[in-house]
Amino acid sequence: MSEVKLTQLGIKDSRDLLNKKEISATELTNAYIQNIEESSKLNAFIETTFDKALMQASKADKIIGTDSQKSLCGIPLGIKDLFCCKNVKTQAASDILENFIPPYESTVTQKLWNEQAIMLGKLNMDEFAMGSSNETSTYGPVINPWKSTGSHDSLTPGGSSGGSSAAVAANLCTGATGTDTGGSIRQPASFTGTVGLKPTYGRCSRWGIIAFASSFDQAGPITKNVTDSAIMLKAMSGFDPLDSTSAKIDVPDYEQELGKDIKGLRVGLAKEYSLQNGDSEANRKLEEAIKIFKNMGAEIVEVSLPHTEFALPTYYVLAPAEASSNLARYDGVRYGHRAKLDTNDSILELYEKTRSEGFGTEVKRRILIGTYVLSSGYYDAYYKRAQKVRSLIKNDFDEVFKKVDIILTPTTPTSAFPLGSKGTQDPVEMYMNDIFTVPANLAGLPAISLPVGLDELGLPLGVQLIGNNWQEPLLLNTAFNLENTLAFENNPKKWWA
Amino acid sequence: MRREAKKKMNIEKSQLVKGAKNDFVFVIGLEVHAQVRSNSKLFSGASTEFGAEPNSNVSFIDAGMPGMLPVVNSFCIEQAVKTGLGINAEINLISRFDRKNYFYPDLPQGYQISQLYEPIVGKGIISIQTEEKLSKKVGIERIHLEQDAGKSIHDMDPTTSFVDLNRTGIALMEIVSKPEINSPFEAVEYIKKLRLIMRYLETCDGNMQEGSLRADVNVSVCEINTYQKFIETGDYDLLGTRCEIKNMNSLKFIQQAINFEARRQIKLKEAGKEIAQETRLYDPSKNQTRPLRSKEDAHDYRYFPCPDLLNIELKRGWVDKIRDDLPELPDQKIPRFINDFNITPYDAEVIIAEKATADFFEAIATNTDGKIAANLLINELFGRLNKDSLSFNENPTTVEQMRELINLIQKDEVSSKGAKEIFDHIWNSGGNPTDLVDKLGLRQVQDTSFIEQMVDDVIKENPAQVDKVKSNPKLIGWFVGQVMKKSGGKADPKIINKIVNEKLT
Repeated sequence: MSEVKLTQLGIKDSRDLLNKKEISATELTNAYIQNIEESSKLNAFIETTFDKALMQASKADKIIGTDSQKSLCGIPLGIKDLFCCKNVKTQAASDILENFIPPYESTVTQKLWNEQAIMLGKLNMDEFAMGSSNETSTYGPVINPWKSTGSHDSLTPGGSSGGSSAAVAANLCTGATGTDTGGSIRQPASFTGTVGLKPTYGRCSRWGIIAFASSFDQAGPITKNVTDSAIMLKAMSGFDPLDSTSAKIDVPDYEQELGKDIKGLRVGLAKEYSLQNGDSEANRKLEEAIKIFKNMGAEIVEVSLPHTEFALPTYYVLAPAEASSNLARYDGVRYGHRAKLDTNDSILELYEKTRSEGFGTEVKRRILIGTYVLSSGYYDAYYKRAQKVRSLIKNDFDEVFKKVDIILTPTTPTSAFPLGSKGTQDPVEMYMNDIFTVPANLAGLPAISLPVGLDELGLPLGVQLIGNNWQEPLLLNTAFNLENTLAFENNPKKWWA
Repeated sequence: MRREAKKKMNIEKSQLVKGAKNDFVFVIGLEVHAQVRSNSKLFSGASTEFGAEPNSNVSFIDAGMPGMLPVVNSFCIEQAVKTGLGINAEINLISRFDRKNYFYPDLPQGYQISQLYEPIVGKGIISIQTEEKLSKKVGIERIHLEQDAGKSIHDMDPTTSFVDLNRTGIALMEIVSKPEINSPFEAVEYIKKLRLIMRYLETCDGNMQEGSLRADVNVSVCEINTYQKFIETGDYDLLGTRCEIKNMNSLKFIQQAINFEARRQIKLKEAGKEIAQETRLYDPSKNQTRPLRSKEDAHDYRYFPCPDLLNIELKRGWVDKIRDDLPELPDQKIPRFINDFNITPYDAEVIIAEKATADFFEAIATNTDGKIAANLLINELFGRLNKDSLSFNENPTTVEQMRELINLIQKDEVSSKGAKEIFDHIWNSGGNPTDLVDKLGLRQVQDTSFIEQMVDDVIKENPAQVDKVKSNPKLIGWFVGQVMKKSGGKADPKIINKIVNEKLT
C-alpha cells in the first residue's frame, strides 16, 4: 500500500489494518512523520515529538494482537497546544508561556496514551484558544489545506483548533484533539471538511487543559469521519475526580451505536439559525441534508429558540469574564515569560511589563472586556444579566428538546475565508463566526459538525447537529447516517509538499 | 416596619470612652480568620503542616500552574459546618465558592477562592461576659470558607522579595461578627470564646502565634445619644464611619489597637473632622494605627462565582448527624460541672479552658469529690505545669493517681499538706499514692483516744492558758496548734478541734 493512501485512512481503517497486521504502527507513524515534515507551509505542528512517537509505535507493534492491546493501539494523533503534556513544551500558542514545559499530563491526553495512541506533536491554535481564524497564535496562522477553486489565497483553517483541523484534513495525523469554548472545534472542522465534536460539558475532564473559560471549555476530537470521532471520544471521556465539573456518567461504546436506522427521529430546524443568503450553495447543502433525513424516515420539525440572537453577546460577556480571571496566573512570577525589569521597578512593573509583552492583542482585549464586565458597578448590568440570558438560552433548548431529538443548523455563516480578511478593523466581525456554534456552549450541549459538500468556491461546508445532554450516541449515529449518504470526500489538492 | 417597644439601653462603664466633651460607645466588629484543622488544604492534597521548609507543601494547584483545577476537600466543609453548629448558626444547605481577584506574588492563581455571595454558615450567636461580669450575646453574621494566601517576605534582602507558598490554599474560616462588641475587653473575650469553642470542636487549633487565628478589627465610635438611637432603631448607619485594622494576631495588641483607634476617632470627631473609611495597620512598637489604604484605593475584587467548582450541596440528615455528634461545649459544660461536682463558677471556668483539662477533671472528679478534685487540679497540677512551662498534654500524672489521692484526702487519711507532698512525689518520680502515704509517713492519726491523751497532756502542761481560754475563746486555736505539734503534724485537725472544744468549753 502506498504511503499517501496510508495516511488517508483515519483511525478506524488504520486500526483495522494494524489488527490484520497488514501494516505496522511504525510504518504508519513514519508515514505521518514524513507528511508532517513536508507540511511546514501549513504551520499546523508547532512542536513535534517524533522520537517519542517512534518509541510508542515500536511498543505498539509488540502489543498488537496480544491481550494487552487497547482501543487506540498504534494510532498516531496530534494534540492541540492547549493540552499540557508532560515534558513537552506547552504554550497555548502564547508568548506568556514561553518555554513552559509541564511536569504533568492532562487527563484527556493521558487517557489517549493509556489507550496506546501515539503522540506526533503539538498543534497550532489561536492564543489561549481566543480566535476564530488561528491568526492570534504567536506561531503565526495555520494555512488551510483547502483553497478556493482557481485561487492561491491562503485561507484560514478556522480557530481556535485550526492546527488540529488542518492537520487532519492534510493527513498529518489520523485524528487530533481540539477544545471548544464557543465553536473552536466545530468551526475549524467545518472550514476544513473534517468532523468536529464538542461533547456535553462535563464529558471530558478539563484537568491539565489550559483554561480559557471554565464553564464553557470542553475537549473533543477532530477526525476524518464520524466513526473516528466516536472511537476517539470514547477514549477521551469519563469522570475525573480532579475536575469537579466532570460528570459521573458512564461512557458508552459510541462506535457500537453507529449504523442504527434513524426512522422516526425528530430533527428540528430552528428558524433563528438561517443563513443570510438563501440562494447559496450553503443553503442548498442544508436543504440536501434535510432531504436525506426525510428519506431516511426522520421527521422534520420547525422549532424556535427565541433567545438565540442574544447568544453571541452573552458569550462575549461571560467567556471573557472567566478568561480575565483564569489568565491572572500568568504574572511572570513562577513560570513562562518574565519581562526584563529596570532597577527601580516594583512588582507592579513586573506584572505590567510581563503581561504587556506576553499576551497578544486579542487576548488583551478579552482580558479587558472581562475585567470590565466584572467590575463593581458593571457586574449586574453585564455579568449577572448575561448569566440570566444564559439560563434563558438553556431553557429554549430544554423546551425544544421536548419536541425534537436533534437540531440541524449550519455550522458557520460562510466557508473558510482568506487570512487577514476579517476582524482587522472590527473584532465583532470575527466574533460573528461563532454565531451558530456558541449557543451549544452556553447550554453545555453536545454538537457535531460534519462536512456536507463544497460551496461555489470549491470549499468545504459543514452542518451542525446539536443533541440534548449526554445524547452523544444519538448525535453520532445521526451524523453517521448523514455522512454515509453524502459520501463527502476530503481530498484537498496537496499544494504544500 | 413596626418596632417593638423601645429597647432598654444598658451601657456599661467598660463600654464607654470619654472624649473631651462627650461620652462615646465603642462599636467593634470582628472578622476572625481561623485556619481549619485539616491535614490537607482546601482545594489540594498538599500538607498544612506548620513550620515546614519554605515551598515544600505546595501542589501544582497551589502554585497556580496552567490547567490545574481545585477540588474541594470535603473534610474542610465538615469542619466549617461543625463550627457553625457550635455557634448555633444556620447551616446553608446550598452554598457556593466565588473568586476574589487581585494580583499579589503570594496569590499564585491571581484570585482567592472565597464565598462572598452564598456562605456555608449563616447567622449565629456567641455568648461572652462583659468586664462587669454580665453575660452578653454577640451576633455572628456568617462564616465562609476561603483559601489562605502565601507569605511574602520583604525583609530578607534589600532588592528581592521572597515568596513561601506553604500557606497558600490552606482552608480558612472567616467568621464575621455583627458590630455588637462594645469594648476592647469584650473583643478579647469574644475571640477567646470563639477559640475555645473551635478547640472543643477541633476545627481550629487557635494558635495565634503561628497565625492559625487572626483577626481584622472594625472600629468606630458612636456618641452616646446616637447610640441610644441605634439601640432603638437598629439602624447600623448611625454607628459612624469605621476603620478596619488588618491582620491582628495578638489579643494584647487587639486591645491596644482598639483603644488607640477609638481615641483617634474621637479626637477627629470632636474637632469636627470627618473620619475616612480606610484600612489601617497597627504598629505595636509605637502603639498606634496608620492608614494602609483608603476606600478610594480599595481593590475592586471583581467577585464572581468560581466556574471550576460546583455548588456545595449538603443533605439535611448529614448536618443533623454532625449536630448530634457534637461534643459538649463550654456553655453546657460549665453549668453541668457546677451542678454535678459542686464547684464554684470560677473553678468551672478555669477547668473548662481546655477540653483536655475538662475531660481530665471529669475523670478524676466522677464519684470522688469535686471540690477536692478542682482544688488539686487548679492549685497543684496547673500550678506545677505553669511553673515548669509545660502544656497540659505533658502532664505526667494519671487519672488513677489523682483519683486515689482525692480519696485519701476525702477520707482524711492525709492532711492537705501531706497530699501536697504526695503530689510532688508523683510529679517527680511517679508512684502509687496509697503506698506513698505510709512510705512518706504521712498517714493522718485518727485514733481518738490517742489524740485525747495528747489534748489532756497539753491542758495539763499549760494551766495558765487554760484559765485564759474562758475569757478568750480564740485561744482554742492555740491549743489545737500545740496538739498538732505534739503529733508531729499527723493528727487529724478535725478530731483535735472537736476534742479541744469538748474539753475547754
